[in-house]
Amino acid sequence: MADSPIAVEHHNPALKHHFANMEQQREASSLGMWLFLATEIMFFGGMFCAYLIYRYWYFPDFAAASKSLDITLGAVNTAVLICSSLTVVMAVRAAQLGKRQEQVVYLALTLVLGLAFLGIKGVEWTSKFKEHHIPGPTFNFEGSVPGHPDQPVDQHHAQLFFSLYFAMTGMHALHMIIGVGIFSYLLYHAWKGKYTPEYHTPLENSGLYWHFVDIVWIYLFPLLYLIDRKK
Amino acid sequence: MATAALTAERENYLNQEYGIKSWLLTVDHKRIALLYLLSITFFFFIGGFFALLIRLELLTPAGDLVQADTYNKLFTMHGQVMVFFFLIPSIPAVLGNFLVPLMIGAKDLAFPRINLLSWYLYIIAGVLMLHCMLTGGVDTGWTFYTPFSTAFSNTKVIEAGLAIFISGFSSILTGLNFVVTIHRMRAPGMTWNRLPLFIWAHYATSIIQLLGTPVIAVTLVLVVLERALHLGIFDPTRGGDPLLFQHLFWFYSHPAVYIMILPAMGVVTEIVPCFARKRIFGYQFVAMSSIGIAVLGFLVWAHHMFVAGISLYAALIFSALSYLVAVPSAIKVFNWTATMYKGSITFSTPMLYAFGFVGLFTMGGLTGLFLAALGIDVHVTDTYFVIAHFHYIMVGGAVMGYLGGMHFWWPKISGRMYPESLGRLAALIVFLGFNLTFFPQFILGYLGMPRRYWQYPPEFQVLNVLSTAGSTILAVGYLLPMVYFLWSMRYGKVAPDNPWGASGLEWMTPSPPPTFNFDAPPVVDWEAYDYEHIPAPQEARSGG
Amino acid sequence: MSEPIVSTKTNIAVWLTLLVLTGVTAGVAFVDLGPLNTIVALVIATFKALLVVLIFMHVKYTSEKLVKVVVISAVFFLLLLLGLSLADYTTRLLM
Repeated sequence: MADSPIAVEHHNPALKHHFANMEQQREASSLGMWLFLATEIMFFGGMFCAYLIYRYWYFPDFAAASKSLDITLGAVNTAVLICSSLTVVMAVRAAQLGKRQEQVVYLALTLVLGLAFLGIKGVEWTSKFKEHHIPGPTFNFEGSVPGHPDQPVDQHHAQLFFSLYFAMTGMHALHMIIGVGIFSYLLYHAWKGKYTPEYHTPLENSGLYWHFVDIVWIYLFPLLYLIDRKK
Repeated sequence: MATAALTAERENYLNQEYGIKSWLLTVDHKRIALLYLLSITFFFFIGGFFALLIRLELLTPAGDLVQADTYNKLFTMHGQVMVFFFLIPSIPAVLGNFLVPLMIGAKDLAFPRINLLSWYLYIIAGVLMLHCMLTGGVDTGWTFYTPFSTAFSNTKVIEAGLAIFISGFSSILTGLNFVVTIHRMRAPGMTWNRLPLFIWAHYATSIIQLLGTPVIAVTLVLVVLERALHLGIFDPTRGGDPLLFQHLFWFYSHPAVYIMILPAMGVVTEIVPCFARKRIFGYQFVAMSSIGIAVLGFLVWAHHMFVAGISLYAALIFSALSYLVAVPSAIKVFNWTATMYKGSITFSTPMLYAFGFVGLFTMGGLTGLFLAALGIDVHVTDTYFVIAHFHYIMVGGAVMGYLGGMHFWWPKISGRMYPESLGRLAALIVFLGFNLTFFPQFILGYLGMPRRYWQYPPEFQVLNVLSTAGSTILAVGYLLPMVYFLWSMRYGKVAPDNPWGASGLEWMTPSPPPTFNFDAPPVVDWEAYDYEHIPAPQEARSGG
Repeated sequence: MSEPIVSTKTNIAVWLTLLVLTGVTAGVAFVDLGPLNTIVALVIATFKALLVVLIFMHVKYTSEKLVKVVVISAVFFLLLLLGLSLADYTTRLLM
């Protein structure tokens, strides 16, 4: 890198010493975030792999267990997350345009929507607890295979479905909780006016994370809630 | 090169600041490399201690030194410590951390604070592992196979699983840092085709760390959840499939072997041209074979499961794919050999390790082909043949590469020369000790001695005694460098900037380098391994 | 700065599409399409994911090829994990 731009760009307090300029720093952070998301794909991928195999093996029992999930709550939660993705996008846009007020509003909305998602998830989990659909010694699933009223559901296989359900939605919820933490931090700094059109990398990268968590749910919703609803 | 006297006094990364705080809070990649060096050396000796106990128990056919339960814990913790706390971080976290920014002409890694974070994660994981070992240990084998680990073992599986989960994050963050650094921080003129092959090897390694490690992380989480919260994902009594655990485990753990061996290949690729005074033969082939090994390494995992009950059709596919990995590996061996051909070779310590690496890796690789063949694999699965095979790769390959690299770059790291004749002696002892330890195990395995037992029939004793004798020699070979490296920090000859007359940016800055690596930002206008134009070193060839 | 600023109009359009598709995916689950149900659900989910990646995550606008390479290779390795595991599970019973 030539010397002159370094001298000019050093005025930006957010520039770290080992980068030549803001552009290089921003591109490095962005690539870092995308690589991190690649690891996240593989992390959830392990569970998707388990899900795929057991669903292939025990399809009728999985369909029955899936039917016991509340499709309304699941669909509402999907919509909540999609709305939160929109508010994140708008917050990033506000930062790009240097509108602090808007930034704060959209970040606050994102937080509210994130918490709403977790709240609805909590309601769903509580009802599973009451219905004894928690894997373990007390597990009990009553019902028959969809389309075959006289064929009872295999307890073990239904339990396997709920093991995966709790592992996957639990891991997803954990990511949401971390996301809520990150966005609280962002909200505080946005309030302080830290993110400007020149420097808002944390906002941008956290946005990428939030969208990723949204995408995981976009797949979880049909895979867990909609296995076979037609009968 | 005449600046030897000057370099001793000038400011560098070691003497810029003093005190424990300046180390524990450092974000300098070179200091973090040294933090890693200390920590992994510690774990290396713990793992080595377990290994020696294993070998002592196997000195006699009867189970006299330890009981079966203790023996199970010994080999489990030997494996877990050596794999997750020594081999995986060894070359990347120490030499890679130190050298990646230097070699590409950067001031630091892209994310210095994340680099420090990954060391702290390693330490947290290490402390958890130590606590686990001191309060009872684990006996599942380093592989955590279900359902034993989830339903039967009454040892500290959860703690060990979490320790390895956390160390996985450390590994992921190191890999992430390297990939971003190599993409974004190269000096002007440092094009991809001018990168040292050490960098290519680390790039390939990082890809595996990024894409493989998360899978074992989630798998261990599922094992922990199954033990703690009665989830049933791997539980055969509830319709779960224990083989699924093996699939997910080996999806990471087979490529993990390449996390260990690729950086060692990178080290050897730096050493061989330097001490043969020749440009590397087939630069692009060596670079691409690193990437090839990383990618193909993901396609072969089920060859660990041939007798476990996977379908024969899948076994055929995985067996065929396993042979493919031999192609890029062989390309590397041929290229090193071709580089040496008609070179003017010096038998310095690093070069001795490189020779050792090429020979032992070749043996380890070729015996790997035996194991990839379905029929032979059935005969030798879970015998000492497998043990010998992967120790030839991991110890004969990765550790030889690590030691060779430590000797090669020690003058740069410490600013001092180690005693050359002692170095050569240690290299020889390591080579002999290694072969005496592990070669008999090939025969033992082929004769049918199974792994993971604390007793064995008396007819196997002669070979076991040889192996135990070899392991004590090997231990001496490992202790020697530690002693003279420490000695050299105070009494060693002051190292010149480029003691070996080597190519590469790291040799164009003082030894030890200044905190920001280069006095002036480097601009590269020459090709890699330009040994036709680099004068052979005047001094420091004959130390000791 | 090379980073794109996406118009509010585009963002709202994507948001509405995502909401509509959520409704469609839930509704179509009650229609008997045979084995196509699963495929339709996955196609819709993938389309939604693509919208989020390309527009909300700015991949469509970025001049940086590398980001695309990272996304594609991660998905590729995920498919390797799924595909090669299935190579075992789908053929086990043939023996």
